[in-house]
Amino acid sequence: MTNTATTDRPDMIEFRDVHKYYGDYHALRGITATIKAGEFFSLLGPSGCGKTTLLRTIAGFESISSGVVLIDGKNMEGVAANVRPTNMVFQSYAIFPHLSVEENVGFGLRRDPMSKADKAKAVAEALEMVGLKGYGKRAAHALSGGQRQRVALARALILKPKVLLLDEPLSALDKKMREQMQVELIRLQRQVGITFILVTHDQEEALVMSDRIAVMFEGQIAQLADPETLYRRPNSRKVADFIGTMNFMPAKILSENGKVEVEAMGFGRVELDASQVMGSGSGEVSVGLRPETLTILFEGQTATDRESMATVEEVVYYGDMTYYDLRLDGADHPVRISMRNVFGRPVLDIGARTRVAWSPGALVLFR
Amino acid sequence: MKFPILRSYAIIYLLFLYAPIILLPIFAFNDSKIVAFPLSGFTTEWFGQMWADSQLRIAAKNSLTIAVVTATLSTILGIFAARASVRYDWKGKGPIIGLITLPLVLPEMIVAMALLTVLLSMGISLSIWTIILGHVLVCTPFAVVILTAAFQSLDRSLEEAAYDLGESAASTFRLIILPLVMPGILSSFLICFTISIDEFIIANFLGSGQPILSVYIFGNFRFPARVPSMMALGTVLVLLSITLLIIAEYFRRRGIAKTGGKDTGGFL
Amino acid sequence: MSGSAWERFRRSEAASGYLLVSPPAIYVMLLLAAPMATVLFFSFLTSTGGSVSTPFTLQNYAEVWSGRIYQAIMMRSLWVSMSVTLVTVLLAYPIAYFISFNVSPSKKSLWLFLITIPFWTSYVIRVSLWRVILGYDGIVDSTLMSVGLASEPVNILSNGVLSIVITLAHAYAPFAILPIFVSLEKVDRSLLEAGQDLGESRFVTFLRVTLPLTMPGVIAAVLIVFIPTVGDYITPELIGGGKVPMIANVIESQMLKQRDQAMGSALAMTVMLIVAAVSVAFVLLNRRFLGARK
Repeated sequence: MTNTATTDRPDMIEFRDVHKYYGDYHALRGITATIKAGEFFSLLGPSGCGKTTLLRTIAGFESISSGVVLIDGKNMEGVAANVRPTNMVFQSYAIFPHLSVEENVGFGLRRDPMSKADKAKAVAEALEMVGLKGYGKRAAHALSGGQRQRVALARALILKPKVLLLDEPLSALDKKMREQMQVELIRLQRQVGITFILVTHDQEEALVMSDRIAVMFEGQIAQLADPETLYRRPNSRKVADFIGTMNFMPAKILSENGKVEVEAMGFGRVELDASQVMGSGSGEVSVGLRPETLTILFEGQTATDRESMATVEEVVYYGDMTYYDLRLDGADHPVRISMRNVFGRPVLDIGARTRVAWSPGALVLFR
Repeated sequence: MKFPILRSYAIIYLLFLYAPIILLPIFAFNDSKIVAFPLSGFTTEWFGQMWADSQLRIAAKNSLTIAVVTATLSTILGIFAARASVRYDWKGKGPIIGLITLPLVLPEMIVAMALLTVLLSMGISLSIWTIILGHVLVCTPFAVVILTAAFQSLDRSLEEAAYDLGESAASTFRLIILPLVMPGILSSFLICFTISIDEFIIANFLGSGQPILSVYIFGNFRFPARVPSMMALGTVLVLLSITLLIIAEYFRRRGIAKTGGKDTGGFL
Repeated sequence: MSGSAWERFRRSEAASGYLLVSPPAIYVMLLLAAPMATVLFFSFLTSTGGSVSTPFTLQNYAEVWSGRIYQAIMMRSLWVSMSVTLVTVLLAYPIAYFISFNVSPSKKSLWLFLITIPFWTSYVIRVSLWRVILGYDGIVDSTLMSVGLASEPVNILSNGVLSIVITLAHAYAPFAILPIFVSLEKVDRSLLEAGQDLGESRFVTFLRVTLPLTMPGVIAAVLIVFIPTVGDYITPELIGGGKVPMIANVIESQMLKQRDQAMGSALAMTVMLIVAAVSVAFVLLNRRFLGARK
């Protein structure tokens, strides 16, 4: 999903040390970031982290207490929401219940000087783009959740905004519909080429859809990166924990000169690249690794890199996958790993002893 | 039935509630000056007598004027207060909205006397306009309560969406908010209208003696000879208010159907 | 700096709120708060033939609180409106219970509609009708006599308090039923099943679960009936024939007939004090019920 071309694109949105207070509550604590033109950008974080507030400062629904928000190079201070080059798809979709589908979609054209026929054409095109051709005359309240979502998209896109803001747009849909809409949103974004900014608390959704993701905790951006970097090289234990599953093992730094040599529980001595070392604190040190980076070695298989012995403590069978809790020899707690179930390969029992393969390159050191 | 006792009690209770109203048409058409059983034949004389009374026509016209003006003003004030309380955050909301809705829990006589004292000491002469002043005071709390509920059921993001799509605050109000709270505005208007038509104490003490419907009825019921024609008048008024109720209910349901909401019960 | 602070306020939420609320707020200040303040002021002044003047005095209150006639009328007003409240709420509870528990959900709004219809007809007409129904040779009398249950007119109307209670219990019925109904609707039905599951009888479950849970509704009903009935004017006037005056009638007569505004003001303030005291007592009672549940 990573679109490497985005890095050379011009900036569409720039935050410079943005702060927002609600009374004594400090909702945004110094946000500094840029979002590129044509990028699919996600704001990801748990509820209350400030992601929706940040989105609403772009839309102009929230004023900021200090700092600067630029859209397409223009300072947005004092620019009201109704004249900003942004449009929003709301979490509740905010479909006007007393208007028909086409009246909803054409709502933003009311003040446009174009002819009635042109407006009707634009509405029809917008509806076709979101796959609702022929739905124009329907009453808005008679639509299903997915259809409302499409109407909301068409209504926002018809104005050709520079930025489309999406506030948890998929959270009200069921799982199947959500997955379908994820794919459609990606297709739509490529088709129109507009900057999309998505707010979500669903890490999987963010990983699937985004060019880049800003992970937010407590009013601050913890890490801003493309999905792969975010997954493989999370810059803190907190980010690692929020995105997918990560196993942590206590570790000790032995030496440090360019490369870092550590002694990690269960893994022994490992030499890590500087790019694998996160943080600069002097407190607790641990290594983390993703479940799929440890592989059980079955008979006849050999490790390409490092190999350890482990005991199976728990087995959870998921059909296509099996999750194991393995206690590496010398470790005081197990690691959770995932194995794809391949035809002819046995599922291990609790208590079984097994060899596991891993690679130091998959480890991340947090300190 | 699971609870025959409770059900019979409910039916007896309904009879008790409806007893006076059922008696209205019976004695309105009963050919006797005395309102008592047994009945003594059919007549429309009382309706004729009622219609012939020019005082009644003046009273009805006055009351109608008062009620329409009161309902309009109260509903407008109610829209202001409800919108301010639901949509915006400001200090002192509780006490100020409390003060506006205070007449709900004040004995009407006290409101009337306090107002009268001030009006007289300011040298303002009483008229139907002083009655309207009082009625607006008493009706506005009802409007505020009804309209607050209407505004609360409005999704805030609808308003933001319209604004986001380029409308101004004023056109958003006109295009989105107003149509969606219209059922609330209508029921507020109707309830204020009914309360005003019904109201006696303010109409009696803040008026300058010109006939007002409730005061007229109050006065006429004291004379036994006038009671049958009051029965006729009562019948007409009951029919009118039931018609009004049905119209209001129709609009309410249509409003719900239009916005696709769920019917959550009665008018009140 | 103050200019920009003002600028910020002008664009703020609070400013929009104050701007919007100001028409009704100013209205209520001018036509309610100011008059009430005037009445409070008058109540400490001395009456001088149709007007009021200084010196300030507590004499009016002393008279209201110790004068025999006033005391008697206060006590009667309280007694009548408490009886009305008690009767109305007791009669209303089973109806609310019936609609909430025994009527199928689709018919509930019809029942509520049926109960509120009489409320939509003129209050004066309804009260006047009870006069006709209960009066000497009225509908009750003529019916009883024609079926032979009574040999001479019973004339319930001559019993002022009884007929006032009947009339007001009728007039305020929907006001009592609705809040109780709302609180009954909120009762989690599985709690009742739990109660019965634990071996309680239906009646004991009602006493130990349903009734305590619906106390807030009952208290709301009590207040909604009590407050307006204390200050009711029409019913004592029409039904009691002026022979059973209540506070409102006395205030009116002081203010308008005796033209003693100071005394009338003191009476009005006293009534407000009593109403406020009763309301606060019930609200506190309600808190205790809510607290006890936690």
